[in-house]
Amino acid sequence: MDRETLREIGIIAGRSVRRTLRQPALIVPTILFPLMLLAINASGLDVTKNIPNFPADSYLDFALVVTFMQGGLFAATTAGTELATDIETGFLNRLQLTPLRAPAILVGQLAGSMAVAFLASLVYLATGLIAGAHVEAGVGGAIVLIGLAMLVALAFGGLGSIIGARTGSAEAVQGMFPLIFVFFFLSSMNLPRNLIEADWFRTIATWNPISYLVEGLRSLVITGWDGTALWRCLVTAGAISVIGFVGASASLRTRMART
Amino acid sequence: MSGELSVARAVARRSLIHAFTNPALLIPSIIFPLVFLVGFAGGLSAVDDVPGFDFNGDYTAFQFVFVFLQSAAFGGVFTGFGIAADFESGFARRMLLAAPHRSGMLLGYAAAAIVRWCVTAVIITIAALLAGMDVNGQGVELVGLIGVALLVNLTATMFGAGVSLRTKTLQAGPLMQIPIFVGLFLAPVYVPLHLLTGWIHTVADYNPVTALLEAGRGFISGEPDKSLLAFACGAALVALMVLYAIRGLRRVERGL
Repeated sequence: MDRETLREIGIIAGRSVRRTLRQPALIVPTILFPLMLLAINASGLDVTKNIPNFPADSYLDFALVVTFMQGGLFAATTAGTELATDIETGFLNRLQLTPLRAPAILVGQLAGSMAVAFLASLVYLATGLIAGAHVEAGVGGAIVLIGLAMLVALAFGGLGSIIGARTGSAEAVQGMFPLIFVFFFLSSMNLPRNLIEADWFRTIATWNPISYLVEGLRSLVITGWDGTALWRCLVTAGAISVIGFVGASASLRTRMART
Repeated sequence: MSGELSVARAVARRSLIHAFTNPALLIPSIIFPLVFLVGFAGGLSAVDDVPGFDFNGDYTAFQFVFVFLQSAAFGGVFTGFGIAADFESGFARRMLLAAPHRSGMLLGYAAAAIVRWCVTAVIITIAALLAGMDVNGQGVELVGLIGVALLVNLTATMFGAGVSLRTKTLQAGPLMQIPIFVGLFLAPVYVPLHLLTGWIHTVADYNPVTALLEAGRGFISGEPDKSLLAFACGAALVALMVLYAIRGLRRVERGL
């Protein structure tokens, strides 16, 4: 990748970041909604710490990372919506007049959703710490937590971009929200897998990649440095990122060939 | 009255045809409650092992009542979206000019919301029964549960209508969704009220949704509890929201 291409990616990334950060209607719910759910769930489910073998001292510690996952989910819809809007408004057509190719455009386009995810992650962590959460893995763990949250956001952003590129419709991307939401609910998001009593649910949660993302992030908060949970999370997030990026690039390439 | 009924019939029929022939409107209203039921009843089933959890039935039944009422509320909210969409497309304005009795429109939307919710309610009830839900309540008690849900549905529909009549845009969707969502989740969703601690216990104690939820759980468990309070809260909420919607309608009429 030559210097000129990098400069052009930088320009698209800058535009994506500016455009996203200028939309309070996009940022505020991304940050507030997960925090609101955290406040409700941490209080409403605090008694679950009394279940034998529950792995945390408080449900706030246990549920803190769910906010990062929800932030990732919003990254998916942001990335997909922004890309679809650019298709709808014809911006992508104009980009075709430049030497930039699909993967480079995609990298630039994902910058906006990543910026929101980064900002949101910092707010989630700060709010959690102020509310009394404790990160077992310490300061280093908190930094890794932010890093992993960004990787998760990138993974979901790639998936959102696939839908955005394939449909070219912001409305269709919004419609994808329930689909990913289903995967969230069918994971070990609310209770550790070993404490899920319903066998069928435990089986689904075990096969659901979202469980490994949640468990990896969560391990830093409630356990400390858990190598197994972390590598599973890293591999899962990396695999989804690759699938998302390759899939979105291919979809974008097809769309660009069409126009 | 017959004029109002004919307007109501026309609006309800159109609203239902639109809802049931448009998958983008139909599927989310069915999928969301099912996801909540599966996620809560399956994923949190160990919560009934918490000391002091004294519900007469399994955790699926405990959560089913919440999801049942939630689906009723969101059936109303989705109808509110439909009203806003009717304003955006210009249909509502034409209807307002053509209808001899405009309050019949609200009646029509309310009837459509009930029918839409009934479909969702049947699906989630079948799903819960397939999952082995304990139903210890008898006939009259189950009718009571449906009655509570109908009050929730009507409240949410009139709230959605009130917001739509004032804003006339689908962009007001979050204004309809968020208060309902927050109101529902600030009730004892996961455990009985007496197991909640801290601020959430205080808030849930004053939240009228708590009375509706506890009554619903009492009905399904065969141990009716706070039924009168629940119906009084439900009726008061309906009256308040009907007033809110009618005032919204009058405001629209003044702008015609």
